[in-house]
Amino acid sequence: MSVAKPLPHDAAKLHVTGQARYVDDIPSPRGTLHLAFGLSAIAKGRITAMDLSEVNSSEGVVAVLTAEDLPFENDVSPSIYDEPLLSDGTVNHLGQPIFLVVAQSHRAARVAARKGKIDYAEEEALLTLDQALAADSRFEDGPRIYQKGDAATAITAAPHQIEGTFELGGQEHFYLEGQAAMAQPQDDGAMLVNSSTQHPTEIQHKVADAIGLPMHAVRVETRRMGGGFGGKESQGNALAVSCAVAARLTGKTCKMRYDRDDDMVITGKRHAFRISYRAGYDAEGRLAGVEFLHLVNCGWAQDLSLPVADRAMLHSDNAYAIPAIRIESHRLKTNLQSATAYRGFGGPQGMVGIERVMDHIAFERGIDPVELRRRNYYAAPGNVTGDNTTPYGMEVSDFELHELTDQLLESSDYAARKAEIAEWNKTSSDLKRGIAFSPVKFGISFTLTHLNQAGALVHVYQDGSVHLNHGGTEMGQGLFQKVAQVAASRFGIAMEKVKITATDTAKVPNTSATAASSGSDLNGMAVKAACDTIRDRMATFLAERHQTTADAVAFEGNRVRIGADEISFDEAAKQCYEGRISLSATGFYKTPSLQWDRIKGEGRPFFYFAYGASITEVAIDRRTGENRILRTDILHDAGASLNPDLDKGQVEGGYVQGAGWLTTEELVWDGKGALRTHAPSTYKIPACSDRPDTFNVALYDGQNREDTIYRSKAVGEPPFMLGISAWLALSDAVAQFGPGYPALDAPATSEEVWRRVRRQRNEL
Amino acid sequence: MTITFHLNGEEVSLKDGDPSATLLDFLREEQGLTGTKEGCNEGDCGACTVMVTDGQGSKPLNACILFLPQLNGKSIRTVEGAADADGTLHPVQEAMITHHGSQCGFCTPGFVMSMVTAHKNGDTDHDNQLAGNLCRCTGYAPIIRAAEAVEEMPVPQWIAKEELPAAGDAPNMPTSSDELAALYAAKPDARLVAGATDLGLWVTKGLRDLGEMIFLDGCADLKEISVSDSEVRLGAMVDMNRMREVIAPLHPSYGEMIRRFASQQVRAAATVGGNIANGSPIGDNPPALIALGATLHLRKGDARRAIAIEDFFIEYGKQDRAPGEFVEAVSIPRQEDSLRVYKLSKRFDQDISAVLGAFNVTVADGKVTTARIAFGGMAGTPMRAAHVEAALLGQPWTQETVTAAAAEMGKDFTPMDDMRASAEYRLGSARNMLDRYFADLAGGTHSVLEVSA
Repeated sequence: MSVAKPLPHDAAKLHVTGQARYVDDIPSPRGTLHLAFGLSAIAKGRITAMDLSEVNSSEGVVAVLTAEDLPFENDVSPSIYDEPLLSDGTVNHLGQPIFLVVAQSHRAARVAARKGKIDYAEEEALLTLDQALAADSRFEDGPRIYQKGDAATAITAAPHQIEGTFELGGQEHFYLEGQAAMAQPQDDGAMLVNSSTQHPTEIQHKVADAIGLPMHAVRVETRRMGGGFGGKESQGNALAVSCAVAARLTGKTCKMRYDRDDDMVITGKRHAFRISYRAGYDAEGRLAGVEFLHLVNCGWAQDLSLPVADRAMLHSDNAYAIPAIRIESHRLKTNLQSATAYRGFGGPQGMVGIERVMDHIAFERGIDPVELRRRNYYAAPGNVTGDNTTPYGMEVSDFELHELTDQLLESSDYAARKAEIAEWNKTSSDLKRGIAFSPVKFGISFTLTHLNQAGALVHVYQDGSVHLNHGGTEMGQGLFQKVAQVAASRFGIAMEKVKITATDTAKVPNTSATAASSGSDLNGMAVKAACDTIRDRMATFLAERHQTTADAVAFEGNRVRIGADEISFDEAAKQCYEGRISLSATGFYKTPSLQWDRIKGEGRPFFYFAYGASITEVAIDRRTGENRILRTDILHDAGASLNPDLDKGQVEGGYVQGAGWLTTEELVWDGKGALRTHAPSTYKIPACSDRPDTFNVALYDGQNREDTIYRSKAVGEPPFMLGISAWLALSDAVAQFGPGYPALDAPATSEEVWRRVRRQRNEL
Repeated sequence: MTITFHLNGEEVSLKDGDPSATLLDFLREEQGLTGTKEGCNEGDCGACTVMVTDGQGSKPLNACILFLPQLNGKSIRTVEGAADADGTLHPVQEAMITHHGSQCGFCTPGFVMSMVTAHKNGDTDHDNQLAGNLCRCTGYAPIIRAAEAVEEMPVPQWIAKEELPAAGDAPNMPTSSDELAALYAAKPDARLVAGATDLGLWVTKGLRDLGEMIFLDGCADLKEISVSDSEVRLGAMVDMNRMREVIAPLHPSYGEMIRRFASQQVRAAATVGGNIANGSPIGDNPPALIALGATLHLRKGDARRAIAIEDFFIEYGKQDRAPGEFVEAVSIPRQEDSLRVYKLSKRFDQDISAVLGAFNVTVADGKVTTARIAFGGMAGTPMRAAHVEAALLGQPWTQETVTAAAAEMGKDFTPMDDMRASAEYRLGSARNMLDRYFADLAGGTHSVLEVSA
C-alpha cells in the first residue's frame, strides 16, 4: 500500500531539472501584455489630483487604468468588500495600488508605473497600536472577549502573581515565488486564469465579480505555487483581477507578477501583537488564573483579521488546563499593509503569550521550566479526574504531550545537558548558553465551520490509469503526493498509475482555501470517497461476472482478486468499461462533530489537536547580542503519517521558519509608514547556516484518535510553533547575565538581545 | 558589438543588444529557459543561480544582476543543462530528490546550480557555498544532507568539460588596463562595470538607464595578485573569493570576515576595486584595508597616483576620484598579524553590516605603539576612530586603557538609526568590539560562531 511510504515529492524531478512550471513559466501567446501597479507614496490621505500623462506616453504602454475605468466591482477583499483593487480616492497605506499600467513588457510596465504624478491631501496616519487605540480605530465594535471562570478573582486569590507586556512582531511570508497571475480571454468572453493561489475558488469569485460574469465563466487553474504559507490565501486576488480586467479590455492575454519589493510593500504579513498578561499561581507553579490582553495590528483592511485574532485567543491556553482565564482581543485598524493569513493563523501569537507566562513563572519560582509545564498540562485520556476543557469549553480528549514530553526529554538528554550548560556558563563571562523547551497543541479545523468541506474528482480510464483531482492546492507541502498515495492505496495500484493534475475550478467547484493545515485531512477524505465509489461499482460488477459477492473482491498489488479468480487492475478497468460501468466519480467530505459560536467563544471549533515539542539550545554574546541556535531536538505528532518523510520536511522547515520569526525577521516601518525592510537585503529570513548545527527531528509514534484519513494528522502549521523554544532559549541565556526576568520582545534580534543583556547587567 | 558565449554547450552570439540586459531576462524571455527563476531580482536569494566558466574556472553567479557583455567568451550552464543530454541526472539532482531537498521547488534550480558548481570545484563547506541561496520551505537540513551525499561522487563528464568560445568583438570591453585607461580618459562619462553586484540593482530596482558602459572583465592584468615580502597587491578586478584565498592565511580574521561577505555568488562577481570605488559607507573591505594601512592606486590615462585608502573617502557619496580616473589596484603592507575584523549584522551570512569594526593595534614593551581602528556603518564613509586611537597610543595595553579608549567612541562617531540598527546599538556594540579585540588578542573564544552544543 502506498500510504505511509516515504516517497519523494511528486514533482521533485521536475523541481531539480527546472522543468516544473510556475505561473510566470507558462508559455504565453504572442502579444501577451504585462501589468504593474502605480503605488501610493503616503500612508493616509486623499488623492486631490492625478496626472498620468507621462505614464500613458511611456514606452510600450498600452493602457492605464484607474478606479473609474473598472467596469464592475472594484474590490479584492476576501471578507467585507473594504479593499478596492485601485484606490477610490482615499489612501490607506503607503504602497496601496492607485493605477494599473498595461504594457508590452514587464519592465515597460514597471518603468511607466513610476511616472505618475499624484497630489495628496495628507492626513495623519495611524501606524502604531497606541495611535490606533487612542483613535479607537478598530474592526468590530469593541474587543472580543472569551472567558472561563472568574480569572481576576482567581489571580488575586492565588498565592503568587506575575504580570508583563511584550511586543511580538509580524512576519513577511517571503515565498520564493512572488505573487503572479495570468488571464487568457476565451472566445465567448469567458476567462481562463492561472494564479499562484492557495484559494482558486476565491480568485474565481473575485474575477467573476470584476468582469461582471457568473462564476461559471471563469476557470482558475493552479498547478503549483513556489511557496504560500498563507500569503497566497487572499493576496493573489489583486493580480488575478487586474489580469482579467485588462484581458477583457484588450482582448489579449495579460500577465502580472510583482517585483519583490512591490510584493513586500503591497501585500499583507503576519499580524503583529502586543500581549499583556497577568497570572496567579501557587507555590508549585500551578496556574489559578490568567488574563491576556491582545492588541492586534490588523493594518488597513479587514481581510482575514477576525478569524486570525480569534485563533490567537483559541491558542492562549496552548497545552495547559487553566482553571480561570479571560482573553480580551482588540483588532486595531492602522495605516499599514493589511495583515493576513500566515502559517498558524494567529495561533502562534496566542501560544507565545502563554509560553511567555510559563517561562516567567518558572523563572520567578525557580522551577525547571519543563517540570512547571508538565504540572499544568491537560490530563491524558484515561487520566481525566476533573475539568479538562479549554477556555472555550471544548473537552481535550486526545492529549498526547505527557508521553511525548517524556520521550523527548530522554532522546535529547535534556537533564544532563542543562547541567553541563550551567557549568559552562560559570566559566564563560561574555558568551552564555541557554536551553528551553516548548510544547505545541494546535487545533485542527477552520474556525469558520462551513469551510471544513472538500471535493474530489477521480476517473479510471479503460487502460487502468487513474486521473486524480481535488480542491487542494500544492505549495510545496507535498499534498498532491500524499493524496495520490491515498488514491493508489484505495485501488491497490502503483503510484505510477495515478496522474496528479492541477487544481481546477472547473473540475472541483466551491473549494475552500488550502489553509488551516487541512489540505490532507479534507482532500484525502474526499479522494477516498471518490475512489471508493468507483471501486465499489467495479467490485459489484466484477463479482456478478464471477458469480461471487462484492465483499469477495479485493484490490491489491495492481491486481483485482475476485473470489478465486484474479485479473490485473487494467483488465478490470477494461471489463468494467465494456460492461458500461461508470468509472468516474466525485467525492465529498465534511468534517464531523464541529460546532462553534465565535461571538460567545464556546463550542468545539476543532476536530482534534496536533501535538509536538521541541528543545532548543542557543549561545549569545554579551558584547553584540549576536546569537545562534546550536542544537534542536523535536518530537512531533503527525498521527499515523501518510508520508513520514514529507511530514518530517514540514516539521524541519516549520521550525526554522518559526525560529526566524522570533529572531532575525524584523519588519521596520519609518515614521511615514514606509516599509524599510522591503527586500531580502534588509529583511532577513534564516539562511543555510542559521539552521541548528545539530537538528534531530522525529515523528511521534501514534495515530489520530479521531477518524481522519488513515488516522493521520495535519502537519502544515503546527511545527511552526516549535520555534518558540528558540526564543525562550535566548531568554534563558540572557538571564545568565544578571538577576531579574529578561522579558524579551520578539523578534529577539541581536540588538534586542544586546539591550536586554545590558539591563541584566544594570548597564542602562 | 558582438557578445559570444556558450549556453548549455551551444554557442550563442548576440549582436548590438542592450548592454544592460540581464542574463536572467535573456534566459527566460529570449531563450524560453524558465528553469532559472527570479526570486528577488537583486542577487540576494540565489533562485537565478547559474554556473559560469571562464579561464579561471567555474563559479556560481546570480543571473539577475549579470549583464550579458560580462559573459563574453564564457560558458554558462543553467539548470536545464545540469543533466546530461540523454536525461541522465547529475548526482546532485538525484540526491536532492532522494533526500527531499525540494518542497515548493522554486529555489531548487538555484540550489542545484550552486551545488553542481561546488561539487565540480570539490568544495564541501556547504554552508558557505549555499549562503546565497534562500529556501523558505525546508529549513535547509535536507539540502545539506543531499550535498553531503554527493561529496565523493565523480564530476560527470558533461560538467567537467566546458569549452570556451572566442570572445566576440565589443568596443567597450578593453582587454588591459592600458586600453581601459585610454578608453575611459576619452569617455569619462561612461559607467565602469566591474562585477555589477551594485550597478545591477540600479537597473533592476532603480530602473535607471546606465548610459554608455565600459566592461572591465576582460582586463586580465587588473585581475592579477602579487605577494612580495613587502606587500600584497590586488588588482582592482580581483574578485572577493580570490581575495579571501590570499588574505585568509595572512590575516585569518579578515579571511573569516570575507567568508561572511555577501554570498558565494556575490563574492564570485564582486571585486576589490568595485567595493572601494562605489564609496559605500557600508562596504566591508574599506575599514579592514584602512586598519591595515593599505594604499589605493588610481590611474587616469597614463597618470598614476597612490593615496592612503582612507583619504579616498571624502564624504557620503563623494570620493577622491577625478573624471576618467579609475581604481587600478590596492596594496597592503606585509605586517605581523594583529588585525581583527568584526562584522555585525542581523543575520550572520549574506547580510549587509550594521557595524563593521577593524582593529589593528601593535604593542611593544606593554605599550601601544600603533593603533589603526576603522569602522563601516558608523558614519557617511568608512572612517578611522581618531579619538579612540589617540586614547590608546602610548598607553599600557590593559583593560583599563581599553575601557577608557572605548569611551571615546562617541567623539568619533554619531551613527544613525535605520532598519539595520539603532544609533545606540551601533555605538554601544562598536565600543564593545574594542573590548572584544583586547580579549581576542589574549586568546580564547569570543564569538558564538565558535561555540557548539
